[in-house]
Amino acid sequence: MTHDVLKEYRYQLKPVVRGYNHRTLYVNLSNGEIREKPVSEEMRKKFIGGKGFDLKLMWDATRETTQWDDPENEINIAMGPIAGNTNYPGSGKSIVTTISPATRIPVDCNVGGHFGPYLKFSGFDALEIQGKADRETLLYIDGDQGLVQILLAGEIPSDSHLLTEQLTEHFAKDEREKQHLSIVSAGRGAEHTWIGCLNFSYYDKRRKAMRLKQAGRGGTGTVFRDKKLKALVVKFSSLKGDSNHPADLKTVQETGLRLHREILALDDEQCRMRRQGTAHLVEVMNDYDLLPVMNFRYGSHPEGNKLASWVWEKRFTQNIPDGCWFGCTLSCAHAVDNFEPKTGPYAGQKVMIDGPEYETVAGCGSNPSIFDPEAVLEINFYCDTYGIDTISFGTITAFVMDCYQNGILNRERTGGLEFTWGNWRVACEMLHQMARGEGFGLVAGKGVRWMKAYFVKEYGADAGFLDDIGMEGKGLEQSEYQSKESLAQQGGYYMTNKGPQHDEAWLIFMDMVNNRLPTFEAKAEALHYFPLFRTWFGLQGLCKLPWNDIEPADNAQQAEPNKVPEHVQNYLDLYTAITGESIDKTEMIRQSERVYNFQRVFNLRLGHGKRIDDHPPYRAVGPVTVEEYESRVERYDKQLKEQVGVDPADRSTEEKLVILRKFRLDQYEQLLDAVYGRRGWTPDGVPTPEHLTAIGMDLPEVLALVSKHLR
Amino acid sequence: MIKRLKTYDANCIGCLSCTHVCSYLYFKEENPDKSSIQVEDRPDGTFHLVTCDQTCRLCVAECPTMAISVSSQGVVMINRNLCIHCLACVAVCPIQAMRSHPDLLVPFKCIACGQCAKQCPSQALEIITEEARG
Repeated sequence: MTHDVLKEYRYQLKPVVRGYNHRTLYVNLSNGEIREKPVSEEMRKKFIGGKGFDLKLMWDATRETTQWDDPENEINIAMGPIAGNTNYPGSGKSIVTTISPATRIPVDCNVGGHFGPYLKFSGFDALEIQGKADRETLLYIDGDQGLVQILLAGEIPSDSHLLTEQLTEHFAKDEREKQHLSIVSAGRGAEHTWIGCLNFSYYDKRRKAMRLKQAGRGGTGTVFRDKKLKALVVKFSSLKGDSNHPADLKTVQETGLRLHREILALDDEQCRMRRQGTAHLVEVMNDYDLLPVMNFRYGSHPEGNKLASWVWEKRFTQNIPDGCWFGCTLSCAHAVDNFEPKTGPYAGQKVMIDGPEYETVAGCGSNPSIFDPEAVLEINFYCDTYGIDTISFGTITAFVMDCYQNGILNRERTGGLEFTWGNWRVACEMLHQMARGEGFGLVAGKGVRWMKAYFVKEYGADAGFLDDIGMEGKGLEQSEYQSKESLAQQGGYYMTNKGPQHDEAWLIFMDMVNNRLPTFEAKAEALHYFPLFRTWFGLQGLCKLPWNDIEPADNAQQAEPNKVPEHVQNYLDLYTAITGESIDKTEMIRQSERVYNFQRVFNLRLGHGKRIDDHPPYRAVGPVTVEEYESRVERYDKQLKEQVGVDPADRSTEEKLVILRKFRLDQYEQLLDAVYGRRGWTPDGVPTPEHLTAIGMDLPEVLALVSKHLR
Repeated sequence: MIKRLKTYDANCIGCLSCTHVCSYLYFKEENPDKSSIQVEDRPDGTFHLVTCDQTCRLCVAECPTMAISVSSQGVVMINRNLCIHCLACVAVCPIQAMRSHPDLLVPFKCIACGQCAKQCPSQALEIITEEARG
């Protein structure tokens, strides 16, 4: 296999200085331009790195009218100053942004695998890809030689597990070099849907196989394939513990060592991430009525434990360090070896599957009522190799099944597919159709928001009902937690920048179970602090999990245990040790706040990002149907009685549904007011110039843009 | 077979000859913090010797790059060229026999070379070869 060189660029290799390269790499696939861009001191101070750099580069490169499939849309991948250190668990994340086909606003994904750190140590704080190639293309970055090439892809497979193996074989001179390569790819499914994801690889030395981690949400893979990009390849061979050239290596080592020890001592009695990964959540969610079942109608199911953690612990190959970046002893990236799919092009072959993680189990399992772990594994495998986001696929499948049960869809409309609850073979067939670009898979692959409009237009479906049960916000399918009983989590999902993804705020236990957020003010404070705190991971190239999926033994005795204060201090120490710049908790939040508000203004620039865009479908808030109400009648009647002041006796369920709905939606509006006030935004959700100036996000073009939206 | 440094706490007089010879041999300085054998003071005035027993091999299992392996003589060894300095091996060691120092990127441990045993004036250290347990 050869790959003809279309363009080539040589650059000077320079060491990273205190976590930064102070330059980014720009590639235009339309005209073959490759160049370096300096990172100004202002950009570094205001945007920090990671998602901040991604968004800043994308803002400069796009316009108010830019659509997801315009050549000027970009795919940006950035790391952050802390990223790539091998001492502190969870330090290997890349942040991907693009203008999403699903939401038409920027989406950001935080992804593991070795690409980001290797790209950083190859010499760049971010990779900015613009334009569209006219032929299938590879981008190769050689951090050993200081070489960037745009190559013809030639005849290579599209499915990620094969593509990644083949390109690794091609670019690695020998077995040892495989560890020094990372590949980013999408897949056939990403070509035909708006829910395409990106697979970031790393070489698993013990399995002698390439592993895949996903930048899942919002169609990053779709944009990638639209640019005719087949893969990105990076090679970097000389990783060291001090590749960041930190100001204070000793503190980086000691802070990392302390957390390693904490994990090794406590993980077995806390979350069991090392054995089960995030799948440990399934039975907890099922017990607390939070596991999505039947398109989020319910929060638990008698068969829920068929997908419980102990099932996955047995399926995962144990006793292998499964970190997605070096030095992550939390090691949640588990894999199932020697799985034989029953359907599709790889039926009967032995394949390896990365995961499943909680979101995949809940999305592709309980939500469409598929309580068969083997079926979940099969969907997981095909989603990954086709480049399809398992969260959107799961929520879409549940929505389609709900529509089927409600008569909005039938066999004629689905091309013969019988979407009865739990029918995993039909879910798989829809997935194969997405990969082949045919049939009902093309309809479903455009996502819940598009389907709602299509079903109304084509089939005369009830728009109000579809808006109630279509679990999307801003065009993004909701991730897999039931939010009905937690007002704070409804905000955590729908007051987000990119759409309802749990990575901004997960407040259900604080709010619903522990009742620590009893007032609108307390909820608003949590919806100010936690999204900003978690944004910081995306600025630094960090994973969220080692923050609170492992906690110090004495955490519960701390003043604010939900913040895990000792780990927050670790992050401050780490930042200071690497960059040489001392920050405190206030400045940490301020760093995030600048970027968070910038992203909100970016949404505004693209015609979204106001109050109207922050509304949830009613099923995220309360029971839509009589059946749902009656399934939890005691809970809802109690709320009517105690909080609404209405006696439920002698009222029909239909009447009670209406009263409860009015109450809950009113609560949500009050929460919006409180959160916007706390965030420094107008009642319409627009950041005020005063607030932007106060936090230092006072770029003239940002202030000019918000002023247009102020009444 | 396992070749290892066997320790006899009761014989130790706390002279630190072993730590000096070890750190000097590998790091060219007499510094107990850079020694693969550690001499711990006990409250009762006796000493406890800590070094790798080459047996548990938790570090071998934990290393993400397979930089730690067992030699043909049964000694747990670190390949410096493969190590990426994460120190997970240091954390996983149940007796702190896998060691690190801020001056150094690569962790270090006893490789049963026997130099300390030769210098020990009180027969507290001995290189032995024994059948692997279990």
